[in-house]
Amino acid sequence: MTPADGRNMPSDVTLLTAAAAVGAIERGELSAAELFEAYRGAAAGDELNAYLWVAEDAHDPPPPGLPLAGVPLAVKDLFCTEGVPSQAGSKILEGYRPPYTASVVARLAAAGAPLLGKTNQDEFAMGSSNENSAFGPVLNPWDRTRVPGGSSGGSAAAVAAGSAPWALGTDTGGSIRQPAALCGIVGLKPTYGTVSRYGMIAFASSLDQAGPLTRDVTDAALLLRHMVGQDDRDATSIGFPGAIALPSSDSLKGIRLGVPEELSGSGVGIDAGVLDAFHATLKLAESLGATIETCHLPHAPHALSAYYVLAPAEASSNLARYDGVRYGKRVENGGLVGMYTKTRSQGFGAEVKRRIMLGTYSLSSGYYDAYYGRAQRVRTKIAEDFHSAFAAFDFVVTPTSPSVAFELGAKTADPLSMYLNDYCTVPMSLAGIPAISIPNGLSEGLPTGFQLCGPAFSENRVLEAAFALEQAIGFDGSGGRSRS
Amino acid sequence: MSEFEPVIGLEIHVQLSTRTKMFCGCALAFGEPPNTLTCPTCLGLPGTLPRANAQAIHFGLMIGLALGSDLAPRSIFHRKNYFYPDLPKGYQISQYDEPLCRGGQLSEVRIHRVHLEEDAAKLIHAGASGRIHGSDHSIVDFNRGGTPLAEIVTEPDVRSAAQAREWLTLLRTTLRRLGVSDVNMEEGSLRCDANISIRPVGTHELGTKTELKNMNSFRYLERGVNAEIARQEAILRAGGQVVQETLHFDPQTEQITSLRSKEEAHDYRYFPEPDLVPVATSDAMLEAARAAMPELPAAREERLRALGVSAASARQLAWRTELGDYFEVALAVGGVEAQPLANWVCNELVARVGEDDPNASDVTPAALAELVALVGSKAVTVGNAKLVLDRLVAGGGDPAQIVEAEGLGAMAGGDDALEPIVAAALAANADAAEKIRGGNMKAIGAIIGHVMRETKGRADGAEVTRIVRQKLGL
Amino acid sequence: MIDREQVLHVARLARLELTEAEVAKMSEELSAVLGHIEKIGELDLDGVPPTTHVVEVSNALRPDEVQPSLPREIALASAPAIADGGFLVPSPQADADPS
Ligand SMILES: [Mg+2]
Ligand SMILES: [Zn+2]
Repeated sequence: MTPADGRNMPSDVTLLTAAAAVGAIERGELSAAELFEAYRGAAAGDELNAYLWVAEDAHDPPPPGLPLAGVPLAVKDLFCTEGVPSQAGSKILEGYRPPYTASVVARLAAAGAPLLGKTNQDEFAMGSSNENSAFGPVLNPWDRTRVPGGSSGGSAAAVAAGSAPWALGTDTGGSIRQPAALCGIVGLKPTYGTVSRYGMIAFASSLDQAGPLTRDVTDAALLLRHMVGQDDRDATSIGFPGAIALPSSDSLKGIRLGVPEELSGSGVGIDAGVLDAFHATLKLAESLGATIETCHLPHAPHALSAYYVLAPAEASSNLARYDGVRYGKRVENGGLVGMYTKTRSQGFGAEVKRRIMLGTYSLSSGYYDAYYGRAQRVRTKIAEDFHSAFAAFDFVVTPTSPSVAFELGAKTADPLSMYLNDYCTVPMSLAGIPAISIPNGLSEGLPTGFQLCGPAFSENRVLEAAFALEQAIGFDGSGGRSRS
Repeated sequence: MSEFEPVIGLEIHVQLSTRTKMFCGCALAFGEPPNTLTCPTCLGLPGTLPRANAQAIHFGLMIGLALGSDLAPRSIFHRKNYFYPDLPKGYQISQYDEPLCRGGQLSEVRIHRVHLEEDAAKLIHAGASGRIHGSDHSIVDFNRGGTPLAEIVTEPDVRSAAQAREWLTLLRTTLRRLGVSDVNMEEGSLRCDANISIRPVGTHELGTKTELKNMNSFRYLERGVNAEIARQEAILRAGGQVVQETLHFDPQTEQITSLRSKEEAHDYRYFPEPDLVPVATSDAMLEAARAAMPELPAAREERLRALGVSAASARQLAWRTELGDYFEVALAVGGVEAQPLANWVCNELVARVGEDDPNASDVTPAALAELVALVGSKAVTVGNAKLVLDRLVAGGGDPAQIVEAEGLGAMAGGDDALEPIVAAALAANADAAEKIRGGNMKAIGAIIGHVMRETKGRADGAEVTRIVRQKLGL
Repeated sequence: MIDREQVLHVARLARLELTEAEVAKMSEELSAVLGHIEKIGELDLDGVPPTTHVVEVSNALRPDEVQPSLPREIALASAPAIADGGFLVPSPQADADPS
C-alpha cells in the first residue's frame, strides 16, 4: 500500500465523507490504515463522551477490493461484538464481552468496514436524550450544554463531530432519526426486518431496527446497501428486494408529498422554529417539482400511547434475562429472589426500571386486553393510515423532532415530556416503514431534521428523494465539527 | 356418606427426539458433561434470537394426526414470563392460545390440545456447600435447556388411577410408534402431571382440582393419583375443602406435599413472541406428516380383529408394538391361523420372555409359527409344544428337529395304537373309572395322566377323552 | 391510575426492589404515563385485528441440523459464579418467602 500522495486530499482525511473516502482508497490516494488511524485518534480524543470503547490497535488493512475499502465504523454499544465490551449503556452489563458478533456488524466488517469503536447510548436504548446511559451523558457537538438526542446519541454525536465517518444505530421509536436531527446528520430507519437483529441487544423486538447514521444521504445508502439481507439467525428478517442504489436525483418532479396534519399542524406542540424550517423545505421541494398536500393519519395522535404500551411490555420480557446468573452484574443477597431483586435493582437505571414496571403492569393479569391487546390494534390502524396515505402520496413528510436539542437535564424530571420527543417518529416505527431524517437547516443556531417516509421496501425511492432535497437544502454541518 | 368419583385430566410433556434443540442448533444428548451443549441462543445471551426447528413442527403435526386433532393452519408462539434459574431468558417460549393442534381423541380419552414449547435446563442441588455465605446453592446445566417438548393436554375424561396408567401406556406406544420421542419416563423424556378432582357419584359439577407433579414412572403415576384421590376424599369426608394448588408426590414416602406454597400467585404475562413468526402449516408440511405416519395402535387393533384375533389379544398385540410386530412376522410365515398364533404369542411366549422384546429372544417368529402349525396338525400335543417352546427360549433351534430329537411327536397309528393304552389305564384306575361312570368327569384327569405318562405326553388329550367315553358307554 | 399496592405487586413480578420513596415516585410517574396511554381506550377498535408483526412472514423454520456448541469455558466465561462445570446460583428451594 502506497502512502497517500495527498493529490486531492484535505489535510484532515476525516473531513471526507465515507463514500469519498472509499473512492480515495480505491484510487490509491489514501490508505485504509491511514484513515483508520486518523479516526482512531479522533475517537480516542473524543470529548463528548460519545465512545465507550475505541479500538486500540490499528487493524490489518482489509484485503483490497472490498466495497467499503476499510472505512472504519462506529457501532452503538448494544451491538454484540466478540471480545469487545457490549454493554447496551447499562451497568448490569458493565464489562460484558460477548462470545459472538452481531450479524450486521459481521456483514459490514466482511464488506470492509472495520470496527472503530462502541458508542454511548441510552441504557438499553430507552431514552431520547442519552442522559439515561449508565456511563454518563453524551454532549451535543453543536452545543455541549445540550443533549445529542437518543438513544443512538453517541453514534450521532461521533458522526456529527467527525470522530467517525459513519455509525450504526438502532431505532425503536425514533432512536436513529431523532439524534440525527439534533446533531445535524442523516439517520435512516429501514423497513422492519430488512436488517438482521441477531446480536442487537433487544429493547422492543417488534420495533427495533438497525440503521445508518451518516454525514450525507449517499453515505446512508452506501452503508445500508451492505446492511440489508436475510439472516437465518433472525426469523423476522427478510431479504431486501433488489439492491440499495446510490442516489443521484436532483429533481422531485411528479413526486407527491403528503404532509400529515396530525404530525405537523400548528397545534401539535412542535416548536415554531422547527416548523418554519420544515415549511421552508416544503417550498424547496415544490421548486424541485414536488406537489405538496395536506394528508391525514387519523390514528397518529395515538401512536405514542400504543408505543408506550408495546415497547415497555416487550422490554419487560427482553430484560428478564438480566438475572445475575450467566453474565453481567450480580449482587448476592442471601437467597435466590434476593439475589435477583438486588442485582436488577442496582443494575438497572431509573428509566429502565420505569419501563420494566410499565410493561410488566400492562401485561399483568387483568390488564392485557385493555393495554397490550388494544395497543396492537391501534398499531394495525396506524399501519392502515399509512397505507391509505401512500395510495395518494409517494411520501409522507414531517419534522423529525418537535424541538431542537434541549439543555442537559431539562426534561429528566418529567418522563412524559421526554416521551413526547418521539411524537413524530413513533408512527413509522409502529408501521415498520422506512423513514429518513435529513439535516434541515438551523433554528436557534441548532440543527433541525426533516423526516421523509415511504411504504415498506421503498428505501431506494426514499433515498433518491432525500438526496434531491439534501442537495437543494445545502446544509452546512461544520458547526458540529468545531472541536474546542 | 356418598361415594366419590375421581375426575382426572392429564398433562403430558414429551421430549421430541429431534437432532437439535427447539430454537438453536445445539445437539441433544443425554448424560453429557454439564454445559457442553450450549450456544449463545440457548444460554439466553443478550442479542440472541430463536429460530424454530422444522423437525419439531413436523413431529408435532404427526402427533396431532395420531391423536385425531385439528391441525391449525396458523399457530403462534407466546412468551410465558417467570423467573427461575433454569429458564435463561426469564421466559419460556411456548404456544398459548393458538396451539399447533386442538382436540382429538385417543381410545376413550379426549384430547384438549397439543402444543410445542422448549424445555427448561437442569438444576442440580449442590447443598450447603459453604461456597458463598454458607447457604444452599444449586448448579445450572443448560444442556437440556431448549429441548423441544410437545405438551399433550387431555380433557378430564380419566376416572381412575389404573385407567390413567393404562391410557398413558397407550399414549407411549403411540408416540414410540410415531418415532417422535424416546418416551422414557425414568430419563424424563415422558413426564406426566395430573389434574385431579373428585365429586359425588351421579353429580356433574367439577370439584376443586389439584395439580399433581413429578410422577416419573408408570407405577408412581398410579400410586400418586390414588394417594391424591384418597387425600381429597379424606378432606371432603371430614367436611373440609380441597384447595387448588400444585402438589408434589414423593414416591419414597408416598407423601403429597404442596409445591409452591412459598411462591406468589402466578402471573405469566403471556404475550405473542415477537422474535418468531407464525407457523403456517402448508399442504407440503401436512403431506410430509401424513406420509411419515406409521400404523397406529388403534388401527392395528382393528386390523388384527379383522384377521380373527380376539379382542384381548388384538389389544395386547397392538399396544405392545414389539409383540405385534413379532406376531405379524410369524403370521406371514404361513401355515397358521391368526388366533391360535396370537394365543401362543400373548400367553405362552409372553409368559417366558416377560417385558422383554420377543424379537430379541432365541425364538424366531418362523420357529413359533412352525410350532403352532405342528400343534394345529396334531403332530405335537399342546403339552409337548410347551416343552418345545421352553427349549426354543433356552437356546433356539427348529421345532420339528426338537420334536424329532426328543421324541415329542404325537402318537401315530390313531385309535389302534391308543385304545390298548386307554384300556390299561381304566383297568389300573378302577376308582376313577367308576366315578366317571357316575357322572364325575373331573375324575378323567387321572386316566389322562396315566395315558400321558405311558406315552410321554405324545397322546392327544381330546382323543383319550373320546375313547374313555366310548369304552364306558357314556 | 396505579396505587402503591399495585406498584409493589408489579415490582415483585419484575424482581425489582423499590425504596419507599421510589414507590411513591413510581406510582406518580406511572399514573401520569398511564393517564396519557388510556386515551386509546376511547378508540373504537371492534373487529380490528392485532398486529404482532408488521411484515408478513411465516414459518422461517430451521432445518434440524447440528451446529457446533460453545466450548464450556466460553459458555461459563462471563458467569458471576461457577462450580462443577455449571452456573452457581442460590438454591431456589432454600429461598425464603420473597415478600
Ligand atoms: Mg408446559
Ligand atoms: Zn444452543
